[in-house]
Amino acid sequence: MFANLILFLGITLMYSTPLVFGALGGVISERSGVTNIGIEGMMVVGAIAAAAGSYFTGNPWIGFLVAGACGALVALLHAVASVSFAADQTVSGVAINMLAPGMAIFACKRLFDGAAMSPIAPKLPKILGENGLAGTPFASLNVNVTTVLALLFTAIMWFVLYKTKWGLRVRAVGEHPAAADTLGIDVYKVRYVCVLLSGMLAGFGGASMTIGIISQFTQTAISGHGFIAMAAVIFGKWTPFGAYGACLLFGFTQALVIMLGGGDFVVPSQILSMLPYAMTIIVLILFVGRSVAPKADGVPYVKGSR
Amino acid sequence: MSKLEKFLRGRLAAAIAAVIIGFAISAVVLAAAGYSPVQAFAQLFRGVFGKPKYMANVFIKATPILLTGVSVAFAFKTGLFNIGAEGQYIVGTVLASIVGIKLHLPMPLQVPIVLAAGILGGAALGAFVGWLKAKFGIHEVITSIMCNWIAFYLCNYVVMSDTFHKPNSNSALPVSSSSYTMILGNWKKSAEGKAFLKGIPWLREIMLKTDLNYGFIIAVLVAIAISIVLTRTKLGYELRAVGFNRDAARFSGISVERNIVLSMLIAGAISGLAGALTITGISPHTITLLAAMESYGFNGMSVAFIAASSPLGCIPSSLLFASLIYGGMSVKAPTEIINIMIGIIVFFTALPGIMPVLANRLAKQRREREAAAAGKEA
Repeated sequence: MFANLILFLGITLMYSTPLVFGALGGVISERSGVTNIGIEGMMVVGAIAAAAGSYFTGNPWIGFLVAGACGALVALLHAVASVSFAADQTVSGVAINMLAPGMAIFACKRLFDGAAMSPIAPKLPKILGENGLAGTPFASLNVNVTTVLALLFTAIMWFVLYKTKWGLRVRAVGEHPAAADTLGIDVYKVRYVCVLLSGMLAGFGGASMTIGIISQFTQTAISGHGFIAMAAVIFGKWTPFGAYGACLLFGFTQALVIMLGGGDFVVPSQILSMLPYAMTIIVLILFVGRSVAPKADGVPYVKGSR
Repeated sequence: MSKLEKFLRGRLAAAIAAVIIGFAISAVVLAAAGYSPVQAFAQLFRGVFGKPKYMANVFIKATPILLTGVSVAFAFKTGLFNIGAEGQYIVGTVLASIVGIKLHLPMPLQVPIVLAAGILGGAALGAFVGWLKAKFGIHEVITSIMCNWIAFYLCNYVVMSDTFHKPNSNSALPVSSSSYTMILGNWKKSAEGKAFLKGIPWLREIMLKTDLNYGFIIAVLVAIAISIVLTRTKLGYELRAVGFNRDAARFSGISVERNIVLSMLIAGAISGLAGALTITGISPHTITLLAAMESYGFNGMSVAFIAASSPLGCIPSSLLFASLIYGGMSVKAPTEIINIMIGIIVFFTALPGIMPVLANRLAKQRREREAAAAGKEA
């Protein structure tokens, strides 16, 4: 029983990790007033970049960084469109969700002789080494290092957003860009930085899937994680720890699916698989109430307009 | 303003420019990856226009994305983002299949009932999302995404259930044949029909080698109807008013909550119809086990966006995307190039600023010419 609970916790943490990175990306972008529906696409690009980077260099950390860089590169497209050209951010995000997976699989086929999945690549280490805690009931708590990084990034983002001058600026830009502008804050610059950070974090999210949980890129490695991360952003009321908690809940329901599916439980697996999604809706109804987005979220800022 | 300037400021020019840019950038990507863009585009072109049956297939492929496109466009016009067209489509296929498998009525009854089942399924899912937004203020994007996955697993559940599963396959039982909506479906297989078609090779190819069905005609009619509802009726006016300014609408006595639910219900119904028409019109005439989202809803978003959310505009844009998706299968480079191209096209439709910039430049040149001419005279 106890060992099962620990296993449960371990699976919860494992499944929530990629979501946390994606959700943090969503938080930083939306706090600055740029809706980012393209998180999913950026995660897919991060996923292939991490697997390829880790495979070709043999160093998973380089893969992790490459994933962040590639995610940011895709985010640059979104930034140019939504910040410089005042484009419809939803449309731009949707475009990125079509474009990025296309590019990811195109690149994968090009790099690996037409295969739609990468070879096995070196994974990032677990926190206590490969066999840490082995044989003890706590073995499944020896999580991947990305799980710790996810929590660390959450704390850093909380600190930056609420305890530093720059964070205050980001929040001001997201609530009332014109007011921020009159105070001498460069709205465009803040938004560019936030969108790029958003892409980098989403890239890390993809990496934590392909070189953290599984050890290769496949077409379905990222399937809907970015969208669930988006849900977590709103669920968590646009705060880093709120989003983190929301992701844990998703991880928890995923773990529930796995634990219940493994036993001699009578519910068909397809119905069990609905659980995380149904539970989200129920939780949203019961606990969240009206979620209020940053006031200027999704609204392009055009200098001098009223 | 000259005619050219006016054109450049219009939506059509923006759409055409986006398509041209989409092709241009894809050509660069292809060339960079070591494929010949000219060859690839020639293969794409042949894959669409090469044979009569290819062209017929484009219309078949355009049917569902035209409808999901209209669904997204309609919701967009009323201030809602229907990212749930995917799930509504799936539920449409599921309910149409269930009803179609269980019922064995004569065709004039069976077809409307099966289609209605699909419409109801999509409408119910859409209305649920609308209700969650109206009643609890939960953003429709989140609930729609959750509903997409619930619909996805619901489909797989029904496919694998004892009642509906077709043994030794990964699909459900086919619906009864009186639910089929192929054009002259029985006649074309009869001796008389075969004899007639023998004389006209191109027609024979279209009729016998594709599932040519009434779906596209129905979809076009729906697009026209929705366009009329939006622009010519009180209902449409109220829906758009809620989308445009919620507070102003409420102040003038329009029930915002009711309209949100209604809007999502209609959007869902249209996507549900798309699903039902796939079941009645295209073999295997049933649902199959889903491994990944089939993207009918997501492609519908592209269709709607390039049409600038005009329901009528969705007609040509659905044909364009269907051509790219279907013709793209003949391209002998990784087929993802088509997704890249569509992504680029949608991306550039999001940038409405490009063409007006060109128009402004033309206007400036004209003013300079006029100023120069005036200078000469003086």
